[in-house]
Amino acid sequence: MQLTVWTYEGPPHVGAMRIATGMEGLHYVLHAPQGDTYADLLFTMIERRDKRPPVTYTTFAARDLGGDTAELFKSAAKNAYERFKPQAMIVGASCTGSLIQDDPGGLARALKLPIPVVTIDLPAYQRKENWGAAETFYQLVRALASPSAPAPGTARPERAPGVRPRCNLLGPTALGFRHRDDIIEITGLLGKLGIDVNVTAPMGATPADLARLGDADFNVVLYPEIAGQAASWLHRIFHQPFTKTIPIGVSATKEFIVEVAALAGVDPAPVLKAAATRLPWYSHSVDSTYLTNKRVFIFGDATHAVAAARIASEELGFKVVGLGTYSREFARDIREAAKLYDVEPLITDDYLEVEAKVAELHPELVLGTQMERHIAKRLGVPCAVISAPVHVQDFPARYAPQMGFEGANVIFDTWVHPLMMGLEEHLLAMFKDDFEFKDGAMPSHLGTGHAAPVAERPAEIDAPAAEAVLVSATTETTTTAAVWAADAEKELHKIPFFVRGKARRNTERFANENGVATITVETLYDAKAHFAR
Amino acid sequence: MTVSATGCAVAAEQSAPRVVRNESGQREVFCGLTGIVWLHRKIQDAFFLVVGSRTCAHLIQSAAGVMIFAEPRFATAIMEEKDLAGLTDANIELDRIVTQLLTRRPDIKLLFLVGSCPSEVIKLDLSRAALRLSQRFSPGVRILNYSGSGLETTFTQGEDACLASLVPELSLARTSEDSLLIVGSMADVVEDQFIRMFDALGIGPVQFFPPRKSTALPTVGPNTKFLLAQPFLLETARELENRGAKRLAAPFPLGVEGTTGFLRAAADAFGIAPAVFDKVTEPNRARAARALEVYRTELAGKRIFFFPDSQLEIPLARFLSRELSMQLVEVGTPYLHREHLAEELKLLPADAAITEGQDVDLQLDRCRLARPDIVVCGLGLANPLEAEGITTKWSIELVFTPIQGYEQAADLAELFARPLVRRAKLVA
Repeated sequence: MQLTVWTYEGPPHVGAMRIATGMEGLHYVLHAPQGDTYADLLFTMIERRDKRPPVTYTTFAARDLGGDTAELFKSAAKNAYERFKPQAMIVGASCTGSLIQDDPGGLARALKLPIPVVTIDLPAYQRKENWGAAETFYQLVRALASPSAPAPGTARPERAPGVRPRCNLLGPTALGFRHRDDIIEITGLLGKLGIDVNVTAPMGATPADLARLGDADFNVVLYPEIAGQAASWLHRIFHQPFTKTIPIGVSATKEFIVEVAALAGVDPAPVLKAAATRLPWYSHSVDSTYLTNKRVFIFGDATHAVAAARIASEELGFKVVGLGTYSREFARDIREAAKLYDVEPLITDDYLEVEAKVAELHPELVLGTQMERHIAKRLGVPCAVISAPVHVQDFPARYAPQMGFEGANVIFDTWVHPLMMGLEEHLLAMFKDDFEFKDGAMPSHLGTGHAAPVAERPAEIDAPAAEAVLVSATTETTTTAAVWAADAEKELHKIPFFVRGKARRNTERFANENGVATITVETLYDAKAHFAR
Repeated sequence: MTVSATGCAVAAEQSAPRVVRNESGQREVFCGLTGIVWLHRKIQDAFFLVVGSRTCAHLIQSAAGVMIFAEPRFATAIMEEKDLAGLTDANIELDRIVTQLLTRRPDIKLLFLVGSCPSEVIKLDLSRAALRLSQRFSPGVRILNYSGSGLETTFTQGEDACLASLVPELSLARTSEDSLLIVGSMADVVEDQFIRMFDALGIGPVQFFPPRKSTALPTVGPNTKFLLAQPFLLETARELENRGAKRLAAPFPLGVEGTTGFLRAAADAFGIAPAVFDKVTEPNRARAARALEVYRTELAGKRIFFFPDSQLEIPLARFLSRELSMQLVEVGTPYLHREHLAEELKLLPADAAITEGQDVDLQLDRCRLARPDIVVCGLGLANPLEAEGITTKWSIELVFTPIQGYEQAADLAELFARPLVRRAKLVA
């Protein structure tokens, strides 16, 4: 058993729902008790979908367990077919459904429905949402594309002269972070290169579309967490190469252009030359100087976290102080990336552990998921969301991709907006006693509504849950023999609140390392000089 | 998927039997675990540990909107493959988790082990676990168990199961004096209003269940008379009756009429003279009726359709039809407790179409056909119906909002008026 307060990922059948809900003409019959229908609200409320997810739940109850739950499944599947007339169906069980061992696949086959029925077996007690999505997509692609697979050993036919190259866009799902807009951005980018999109899947694709995936020359894998497995299979069976670069950030987008151009046999130069992106200039402009070495903590799915770290470091000039992911399946990618920034990779799906890490590292900006948004809010640190899981506000009305050149523009705005502007930061430091600059003052352009609780040091957070955890996690940094003299404590409070925690921590560390028993004003400035960067 | 319309022995205003449609099929409702979302706020020193799967954890976090992140007093012990395969002893694992939790949260005085669908199916005996752990952590922490499993409970029945598990913990009332117990979670502000009202009526002592602190549990005994403030407390009422307490038949305190009936049941039981009752309640009744007037103009004649959800549907339908002149197209409810709802059913229009249970697809067909002016439904159905041009009201808000009592009657009406006002306002 694992004690869990909040989860980054749902169970694997929610991953399967993300595939089914993203697609058209597919229906999912799920052997599950009534409570599992909550999953509909993820799509109708968080993503504001205007249709119910195409899912029929058997909603068996205690009284059915003594009777015939298998018959219940069969009638649910039969009714769902007759009512929704899907092109194909997927069947499976949720965590409880799998315990009663009714074999949804066998039962559905016995119905002899005149459409493809794909069994999705998901180990609910071992795996999680993203794995479930990847497995479902792979099983669907395999089942629906197999009939048109070339005979083993046959080479891909050469593209006829004059025919534009074609690719598939793989990975976008329902409930994905900005998948909706990434598709538009990347489709546009490929169009400029002279490459057509054969099928985008699973988002927007029908089962019939999956059957013609093999028509494309190569695959663009937008989200490896979801499409990696399917792309590998397509490579093996249809000999379609697939892209490895994730086009998030200016440099990565340029590399992506070069990669797809090579796969498609087109010239990338004109598109690279015409690249319309404001991020590099905005980053170079002098007003951005204050962004230099801002300490940033990054957590999310591996793809988005790795991309964010690169942008933060190379394109915005931040300093990456923490990098992690909740996707254990992609831990290796994070470990590799962490080496580049000389940080300890954080591989965990324990929200409390992430919270403790953020508190310990005192970042000036957190880039994370919905969970980190709350951690940051509690600790009074600015935050921007870079990865699923996300909440309703991360499905914006406006066009806001993460990928491509427009994605880079969006990222610049989104990450810089929560920060205090450079001159304001200086004014706060210089005129600390101005009555309007009270502690906890937030960036003036964010208004008072954004005033966050001051979390000068973790142990001072008044939330008992956080406290209990954080205290234990930060023992090394806060346990100190040195005591603060009154005047030093007063001087410390002249330092703006958002860097005061760091100043306090550094001073205490300095005092400890130098055997200083009482921290005076002089110790404070000695430490400041010592740690000056 | 089966439907039967039977003449049940439910008394209507006229003595003709009331027709209730019974439906079974896909039920689009939450399970009882959802009750934790408000119970963990109501009982401030209690913690709810769900013993279940990742789905359970995801459900509570999604139902809670992921927005109330501040120090949640609930968590899930997620069962893993090795627990199911018998590679680890589930009881040893549970002891480890509870120890971990109580070490981390020394402020917890009452811990509920909450059963789930998977824990029920694998027959994990949480009552024995609760007993064992209680012995270990007594007297600092009391450990109880109940089931919030969707196999056995629907949405608000989770509160029923929780409170029922608490009843045996209540001390015996030692006095021969009659006391009043109000049963069912209500907002603190509403409780305070009722306390003032009972005070003015001269009824007392009055206790509330659940209490705000687990260390302040009410007492119960043969002299306890109790009023149900919520319509979903079948097991809790049964347990209280087992302790000798007597349920006062009353409507639920929604709207002016319901609140008056609720208070009058207590007044009658405590021998309060009708003149006193009228004198005390009249100003509040008049004020609430005045506040309702504006909403009556907005809502009168509007046709409303209830999908089953919280079991509040029957009292709400009674309020909306009698005090706001709305027309009831269909009143769906997950369960119809005929005994507890007897006073409500007497007031509900005789021709109201009640449906017990659900086949969501068939019900959606009926709803689309009827084109009601407003639909009360769960979060999974609301936006899809809105997209079809049907105005909706999320039923979950009716559980999370202070709606009981005189002062909230107009607030309750406003919850139904707002979606209609909004739709009328929006031009684009």
